[in-house]
Amino acid sequence: MSAAADTAVNSEADDAVIDIRGLNTSFGDAVVHRDVNLTVRRGEIFALVGGSGCGKSTMLREIIMLQQPVSGSIRVFSSEVVGLSDEQALPFRRRWGVMFERGALFSSLTVTENVAMVIREHTDLDPSLADEMAALRIALTGLPADAGRKYPSELSGGMRKRAALARALALDPELLLLDEPTAGLDPLSAVGIDELVRNLRDALGLTIMMVTHDLDLLWRVADRVAVLGEGRILGVGTMQELSRSEDATIREYFHGPRGRGAMEQAWNRK
Amino acid sequence: MLNAPITSRSTASPDIRPGATPRELRCTGEWLLRSAAQIDVRIDACLSVMPLPTGGEMLIDAQAVTALDTSGAWLLHRTRRDLELGGCTVSFTGLRPEFEALLRLIATRTTPATHGPQSEPGALNRIGGKAWESLLGAFGLLSFLGASAIALMRELVQPRRIRWKSILYNLQTAGVAALPITGLLAFLLGIVIAYQGAEQLSRVGANIYIADLVGLSMVRELSPLITAIIIAGRSGSAYAAQIATMKVTEEVDALRTIGIAPIDLLVLPKVIALVIALPLLTVYTDIMGILGGMVMARAQLDVGYATFIDRLDEAVSLTSFLIGIGKAPVFAVIIALVGCYQGFQVSGSAESVGQQTTKSVVQAIFLVILADALFSIAFSWLNI
Repeated sequence: MSAAADTAVNSEADDAVIDIRGLNTSFGDAVVHRDVNLTVRRGEIFALVGGSGCGKSTMLREIIMLQQPVSGSIRVFSSEVVGLSDEQALPFRRRWGVMFERGALFSSLTVTENVAMVIREHTDLDPSLADEMAALRIALTGLPADAGRKYPSELSGGMRKRAALARALALDPELLLLDEPTAGLDPLSAVGIDELVRNLRDALGLTIMMVTHDLDLLWRVADRVAVLGEGRILGVGTMQELSRSEDATIREYFHGPRGRGAMEQAWNRK
Repeated sequence: MLNAPITSRSTASPDIRPGATPRELRCTGEWLLRSAAQIDVRIDACLSVMPLPTGGEMLIDAQAVTALDTSGAWLLHRTRRDLELGGCTVSFTGLRPEFEALLRLIATRTTPATHGPQSEPGALNRIGGKAWESLLGAFGLLSFLGASAIALMRELVQPRRIRWKSILYNLQTAGVAALPITGLLAFLLGIVIAYQGAEQLSRVGANIYIADLVGLSMVRELSPLITAIIIAGRSGSAYAAQIATMKVTEEVDALRTIGIAPIDLLVLPKVIALVIALPLLTVYTDIMGILGGMVMARAQLDVGYATFIDRLDEAVSLTSFLIGIGKAPVFAVIIALVGCYQGFQVSGSAESVGQQTTKSVVQAIFLVILADALFSIAFSWLNI
């Protein structure tokens, strides 16, 4: 039976969960992406980095169909997502979880309701089981049990981030898209988040794509990293490969004072 | 099945049933979120048909579990926990290593749920709570009035602190921009009153008194009131929404840390601008309302414009005009303060911004009409 499941998976995809080809994006005269190609493989933790305003979040928004590129193809789970109607997009939206940079929790619902709402919308679980599932997601992200009854405005920034992650996990997604998962977190919470991200990937075989500035997070969890700059991909590879890159922008990024600190720490851990 | 076009996983129906011995359970199929409801039912059924052993060892054979996500793992974990609460020691066999890792993750992250049901407050409790809330609201509005008055005094003592630019901007948005709508409504109101009066007056041959009817009712009562109501809906709500949103996004806190009192920047310019704008708007709506009445008087009662204006001079005394205009600044203070106060009362959610905005309009209109009634009582005592 497991063999059957495996072949099913293999027939579905040539290992690429997200496949971006010839992506062009511009706002008026400002060109954001110029013929960008990018592949995220099944089961990997992929990070997109780059300076502020270089179009990382825009690319994420294009993948989750909140924004349309000017031209190019974005294939997710081996199907084209550019130009889909909302109805056609629904099956995709059930299979991925998205965590927004500032959480985007519904402010008039409690944390439990925020998570349970997603579950109830897409499954036929009865309310008490849906709440149980919501409580599980909340516990998984390391929030204390009583946080579920609170409203987002009553939570600290770090807790709000975890609550947002809990909502992203609501439907047990195959693909998790995280926008700045550790921004604004204290170092201890950030370590908690990156352990959680890795655990989820290991246990569930999740594919995770994240946009981040957090160099520690990159060294700790990212399998592969793409550096975006000047509208194109400046380099893709593991952190070790990128840290040896000759490209000036990449060098600046990884060998700046903060980049060096994070790198030394990462080497010392090994 | 729901996401058939892009899902190709086979759907082996998940199940749990008693195994070969009473100390064994067998799990099969895909334990995933989409079939969680079904699994939940099966677990209940399974645990209810078999006589649960108390104490001793229990074996859960999970060899035939082909897929597991956090939801499925939770249900497995919960089953184990329930059995363990019955005094058993539970072990799994045949679980794939990756599933075992997931189960461990679930076990370490979840602690036994201890949240009891929250008690709903009773009816008496709710009534009391509401009453207390209203009382606090009234006190809050009063103290807000006080705080604004103190801030105004400070600015009057140091006139260079007055924010003229902001006042002018508010005059533009709350005053000048409101000219078309208030003018049109007052004109229409004049027409309506003249039309209603024409029937009665022509019956007794007192056509000329149409000028008294339209002039007095517009100038003394209707024009200040209708202007105040429009401005409450137009500007009062805008004040509430603006301040509420600024509070949610912590802009109000930012102002405070920069050393600018939110009342100075956000409230006083609005109050001052509206206190200037509303009387002016009222004069304008007086004129527009009387114009509407004149048009209708000529059409229905053959009272010419010149005759109408001649009569108006006798009918509407300066006192009547001043009384109408004099109410306007009071209404202006009510509208601006209620709008700003409700904005500051926002609780942090998007829904609450909407609630406060609604409240600001309803409360402002209520207080304006209340104040108008109090004015009428006071004037009748004073015989003016």
